[in-house]
Amino acid sequence: MPPQLKTLLPFFAALILFFLIIRHFLIPESFGELGHYRANSIEEIGDLPIHYAGKSVCIDCHDIEAEQQRNDSHASLSCEICHGPGAKHANDYEVKLIKSGTRKDCGRCHNLHSARKIEAVVQVNIQEHHTERENCIDCHNPHAVWELKE
Amino acid sequence: MGAKRINKSRRRFLKKSVVAGGTILATSGLKPFSVLIFAAKEPEDTLNPWYGIGIDIEKCIGCGMCAKSCKLENDVPQEPFYFRSWVEQYTIKNDGTIKVESPNGGIDGFSQSVPDNEIFKTFFVPKMCNQCAKSPCTQVCPVGATYESPEGIALVDEEYCIGCRYCIQACPYGCRYLHPEKKTVDKCTLCYHRITKGLKPACMETCPTGARIYGDLNDKDGELSLFLKKHNCQILKPHLNTGSKLYYNELSAEVR
Repeated sequence: MPPQLKTLLPFFAALILFFLIIRHFLIPESFGELGHYRANSIEEIGDLPIHYAGKSVCIDCHDIEAEQQRNDSHASLSCEICHGPGAKHANDYEVKLIKSGTRKDCGRCHNLHSARKIEAVVQVNIQEHHTERENCIDCHNPHAVWELKE
Repeated sequence: MGAKRINKSRRRFLKKSVVAGGTILATSGLKPFSVLIFAAKEPEDTLNPWYGIGIDIEKCIGCGMCAKSCKLENDVPQEPFYFRSWVEQYTIKNDGTIKVESPNGGIDGFSQSVPDNEIFKTFFVPKMCNQCAKSPCTQVCPVGATYESPEGIALVDEEYCIGCRYCIQACPYGCRYLHPEKKTVDKCTLCYHRITKGLKPACMETCPTGARIYGDLNDKDGELSLFLKKHNCQILKPHLNTGSKLYYNELSAEVR
C-alpha cells in the first residue's frame, strides 16, 4: 500500500464514522420498519379524534326521534347529516347541535335539479313550494316527513 | 491488421453486452428492486384488509354532504376551498359542449345553472383520493413522508413532510393540497382514524343515499366485492396505470 493512502486511511475512517453517527441521530424512530416511512405515523393518524359519532350513539338517548324516523322515508339517513358532527355533544350535553330545516338545508337534497334522479329523492321547487311559510319544518316534521303540522 | 482490430472490438462488445444483460437479469430477480417500481407491494397475506372504494354515480343526488362532512371531520379549513373530497357536476349540452362545475367543491350543494332545454344529459361525480396501488404521489416523495399503509391507504406523515409539493404535482387526480396553516401536504386518509375504530368514513356516514361504500378487496364476499360483481365499474384515467382502487359505477366517458 502506498504511504499516501496509509496516511489518508484514518481520515476516511473518521469521516465514515462521523457520517454514521449523524445518520443515526437524524433517522427517526421506527423509520423503515414497514417501508420507506415512519411506521409510528400510522398509529398517530389512527389516533386522531373523531367528530362524527354515528347514528347508534344518537339513538341511545334520542329514542323518540329514532322511533319516528325508523318508520318514515328518512329511515336510512344518519342523524348527523342534518344535525352536524355530534361526537362533542355525545360527551358533553352542553354542546348544542344545529337544528336545520330551512329551505336551504332541505333544498340540498330536495330542490328541483335536472342531475338528480327523480326516483332517488323527492324533488320540489323550493322557490315556489308553499311560499307563505318560511321554513320547511313549519309544516314538515323532518323525523316523520309526511306527518304534516297544521 | 485492420481485421484484427475489428475482431478485438467485437469481442469486447460481446463481453460487455453479456455483462450488462446478466446484470439486468440478476437485479430484476432481486426482490427489493420491485420496491423501486411499485410504491407499495401487493398484499401477500390476503387475510389482512386491502381497502378500496366504490361510488355509485346513479345514486348520487349532489347534496354535497360528503364534501362538507369531510371538511368538518378532518379539520380541513372551510376556506380557502381546498378539498380532500368534493363533487363535480358534468353537464353535456345539446350542442355537444361539456360543462364541468363544482361551486365551492359542492359543500353548499348545487343549483342548476344550465336551463333544462339545453341539457343533453347531466350527472354528479363525487371525487376523492383513488388510494392507488401504484401511487404516483408516494413514489415521488423525496423524504418518505407519504406512503401506502399495509392496508393500501396512501397516508401523509405530517411531522416528516417538508412541504415541497412534489406529490401535489404528481397526483393525476388532483387529490392533494398544501394545508394553509400546517404548511404540509394533506389528503384523504379514507378517514383512517375512523375505520380503525370500526366507524365508516365521514363522507360515507353522511351520504343520504348510500352512494359511497368502502371495503376490503381481499374479502371476495365483502360489500365492495359484491358491488364490483353486480355493477360494471370503471376507474378514472386507467391509461396512467396508477392501480386506482376507487371504482365508479355508471361512469361516463366524458369524466376526466
